[in-house]
Amino acid sequence: MLRESLIDLDDAWQVGDVTLNSRFLLGSAGYPSPQVLRDAILAAQTQVVTVGLKRTLAAAGDNGFIAIVRQVLCETGARLLPNTAGCRSAREAVQLAHMAREFYDTPWIKLEVVGDEHTLQPDPFELLGAATQLVRDGFTVFPYCTDDLVTCRRLLDAGCPLLMPWGAPIGSGQGLLNPFALRTLRERLPDATLIIDAGIGAPSHAAQALELGFDAVLLNSAVAQAREPVAMARAFRLAIDAGRTARRAGVMAPQDFAVASTPVGGEPLLLGAAP
Amino acid sequence: MRAVVEITVTLDGQPHSLPVGTTLACLVALLGHPPAGVSTALNGVFVPRGQRDDRVLAESDAVLLFQPIVGG
Repeated sequence: MLRESLIDLDDAWQVGDVTLNSRFLLGSAGYPSPQVLRDAILAAQTQVVTVGLKRTLAAAGDNGFIAIVRQVLCETGARLLPNTAGCRSAREAVQLAHMAREFYDTPWIKLEVVGDEHTLQPDPFELLGAATQLVRDGFTVFPYCTDDLVTCRRLLDAGCPLLMPWGAPIGSGQGLLNPFALRTLRERLPDATLIIDAGIGAPSHAAQALELGFDAVLLNSAVAQAREPVAMARAFRLAIDAGRTARRAGVMAPQDFAVASTPVGGEPLLLGAAP
Repeated sequence: MRAVVEITVTLDGQPHSLPVGTTLACLVALLGHPPAGVSTALNGVFVPRGQRDDRVLAESDAVLLFQPIVGG
């Protein structure tokens, strides 16, 4: 068997006792139709799809999107990851998480507690409070957080099995705005499962995240808002696979100076050959 | 003195009149939702489906109903 094949095999990862092969978590919001959402989920080959809860008056029906999500997840065996989008306090988030667990019948919760309306930056204090409570209540907490190392450590200490730091503000599509902080997270938390959540706009951003050593990416708008969402879902899948394979293969270290790749012995071949 | 026959609760932010003695489970049914079709909160606290029958609504209670939506 080729060594190359060994890299492709046995690359599963874990969330608790759940084994996942796909490193692409996909959001379900903003698609032009339920059918496009369905096809995007299939093209992404994702095993985790995010959903939400909304007050009934505000939601006013969902035009069949949730039904199609449930249907395609039945077919593929993928899992739901409900979120607490819109929450501004730990108390709110904890209550909504309990509702989501009842409704979607899963202990998984993507914990979002926003602290700033303009950037939708997570509030680290409320987030930690909510995470602590929800872990006590038996949830598997996926905290949407910033790239602050100390906050991330506290969330792990609270019992979160993984972290989901942002790459950039939600929906901005700016990519990884602070590679230094993300690299630091990876280096300082070598055993933690790290998922980039939010801010990814292009497949190259996702590939970069995987190359940096992040375990997976979660994105929504970059696929849903593409001119061809299904094709973009496929593009992200390929980029994520490429980034992950590159990480495992070992990306070369950058050099400050040119290093000749062709071993010509340091002399131009034709120098002095002319009469 | 006339007996109170109705109460007014806040339902998803809007005033809503109900007969005295209405439970949360009754309200969900009156609104046409199957029990598993919504999640419920009373005065900001989640009420599990199995406890809705025990929660008799009182004047000025705030009821929120939640339903699934797509999300990122």
